[in-house]
Amino acid sequence: MDGLAHQIVAGIATGGIYASVALAIVMIYQATHHVNFAQGEMATLSTFIAWSMVQAGMPYWVAFFATIAVSFAIGVVVERILIRPVANAPVLTMVGVFIGLLLIIGNATGWIFGYTTKVFPSPFASEKPLFGGLVSAHELGSTAVTLTVLTLVWAFFRFTKLGLAMRAAAYNPRSARLVGIRVGWMLALGWGLAAAIGAVAGMMVAPVVFLDPTMMLGILLYAFAGALMGGIDNPAGAVLGGFTVGVLENLAGAYVVGTELKLTVALAIIIGVLLVRPSGLFGRVVFSRV
Amino acid sequence: MSASKGLPADIAIPESTARVGTPAWQRAVWVVLGIAVAAAPIFVLESFHLFQLTMAVIMALAVLGLNIVTGYNGQISLGHGAFFAVGAYCTAIFMSHYDWSFWATLPISAAVCAALGFAIGFPALRLAGHYLALTTFSLAVAVPQILKHKSIEDWTGGVQGLFLVKPDAPAGLPLSADQWMYVVTVIVAGACFLLVSNLIRSRIGRALMATRDHPTAAEAMGMDIGSLKTRAFAVSAMITGIAGSLSAVAIEFVAPDSFSFGVSISLFVGMVVGGVASVLGSLFGGLFVLFVPNIAEAISKAAPGVIYGVILIAFLFLLPDGFAGLLRRVAARLRR
Repeated sequence: MDGLAHQIVAGIATGGIYASVALAIVMIYQATHHVNFAQGEMATLSTFIAWSMVQAGMPYWVAFFATIAVSFAIGVVVERILIRPVANAPVLTMVGVFIGLLLIIGNATGWIFGYTTKVFPSPFASEKPLFGGLVSAHELGSTAVTLTVLTLVWAFFRFTKLGLAMRAAAYNPRSARLVGIRVGWMLALGWGLAAAIGAVAGMMVAPVVFLDPTMMLGILLYAFAGALMGGIDNPAGAVLGGFTVGVLENLAGAYVVGTELKLTVALAIIIGVLLVRPSGLFGRVVFSRV
Repeated sequence: MSASKGLPADIAIPESTARVGTPAWQRAVWVVLGIAVAAAPIFVLESFHLFQLTMAVIMALAVLGLNIVTGYNGQISLGHGAFFAVGAYCTAIFMSHYDWSFWATLPISAAVCAALGFAIGFPALRLAGHYLALTTFSLAVAVPQILKHKSIEDWTGGVQGLFLVKPDAPAGLPLSADQWMYVVTVIVAGACFLLVSNLIRSRIGRALMATRDHPTAAEAMGMDIGSLKTRAFAVSAMITGIAGSLSAVAIEFVAPDSFSFGVSISLFVGMVVGGVASVLGSLFGGLFVLFVPNIAEAISKAAPGVIYGVILIAFLFLLPDGFAGLLRRVAARLRR
């Protein structure tokens, strides 16, 4: 029974990571109806940036916030340079650009930082597990961090004027433009935010899975599964979906399929959700008029 | 919603009208010339370069398969490496466990891949655009893991993979195994290219493109969208699977890690660079996929990926109809 409880708690901890990446994906999807295949790669790059800052002797939390700022800037720049020119292009072109971005960022990361696996420090270092072995300090700490981030993002969109403007730009760009919102910049800001959230997820998961250039590929898959499960146009749903998928993954890994088929579990969840309930658990059902 | 969903409307219209007027003797000259060009490398190139060319033709065939479903039918697949892997494993399993000849395994791997493509085409019906790309992307990422799984280890050889041996040239032909492999590849690929280009020029081909460009109008004209899409997936998977079979024999080895998600991405990049919805473009795509990484690898291990990405984005921005489109425009200008 202890084993089961531990699996669930560990699942919630990884679920927080999936939830963050899923939230990043959903934010971009909501604003532009594009799925960012490069989200994971961007997070990996951010994590490497944090790693080199820590290596250079910076205190962890300084590096943490500096990385968030740098990632935000990278997200904005990517949107401005690469995504803006093809905003109205056909789906195939968009998918192509995202794949190109994935290739460039992923391989550039390997080029700059090398392919050897690196140990990433955890700020919540503690020798002994807490609550009688139920949860490790890092699991507890990273869950707290991701929950904080998610709450901040929610509060930003709910209570600030900028958040409202971003929601308006995503919901109805034309009317938003008419009331004086700079829709283009709102989209760039959304990209920056998504990149920053991804960076936090990367830094929280790196101590667990170790840092290498392909670190986020599997996590991206689970984030997709979480986003789809919650409904790809519903941020709260995506967060809940991320946590659910995290727990499901851990339970399936421990009791059903073993660790060798973890990615296949994600694939099965994706296909299952899309077949049974394509709009997700909390998504809007979209009807298109022809 | 604009009328053209998959692609700009001005590309990918097959030039069926241009060929109608060509006299028979001219066509014969082209065919003879084509055969001469295809046969020349056997006598000119040494065995390593011939092997590379063989692989390029194989990749071209795989890109052609992807082009049917993504280029002509507008269903974005980022996971065609999976069919490539299944084709390769079919051939490898029958050749190494049962000592079948290569030719006998070809129809089997074609049939298995077609069936698999049909099966995947069904859920794909409900997944338009990004959702399909996302699902096939996940499939591509998960493939090596599935191939490594221990429940099928007796068949697939697990992480170690399977070894097989190239067929020898038939007695009486003065060709080495490498040269014979090239001949086999060119014959199989040539037949597939011919079949596909005929398919695309036919009623079915036009229906495929109509469902891509305007599904509602196509349906209103009486086309059965569902069956067209699933069958396009089946044919596409079959062609890519055949390419996989050829690659297994040409390399004489299959292992899970050689079918990583990079294969699917390469095929996609090859398709875009060669020319989306272009049969000839697939050939350029194959050459690109094989030779550009080799050149780039001289710079760094990571360079091919970065260069791939840069070239992919550059083509999408500057030459969205790929190399074949460029050639087509140049030819049109010269003819004027």
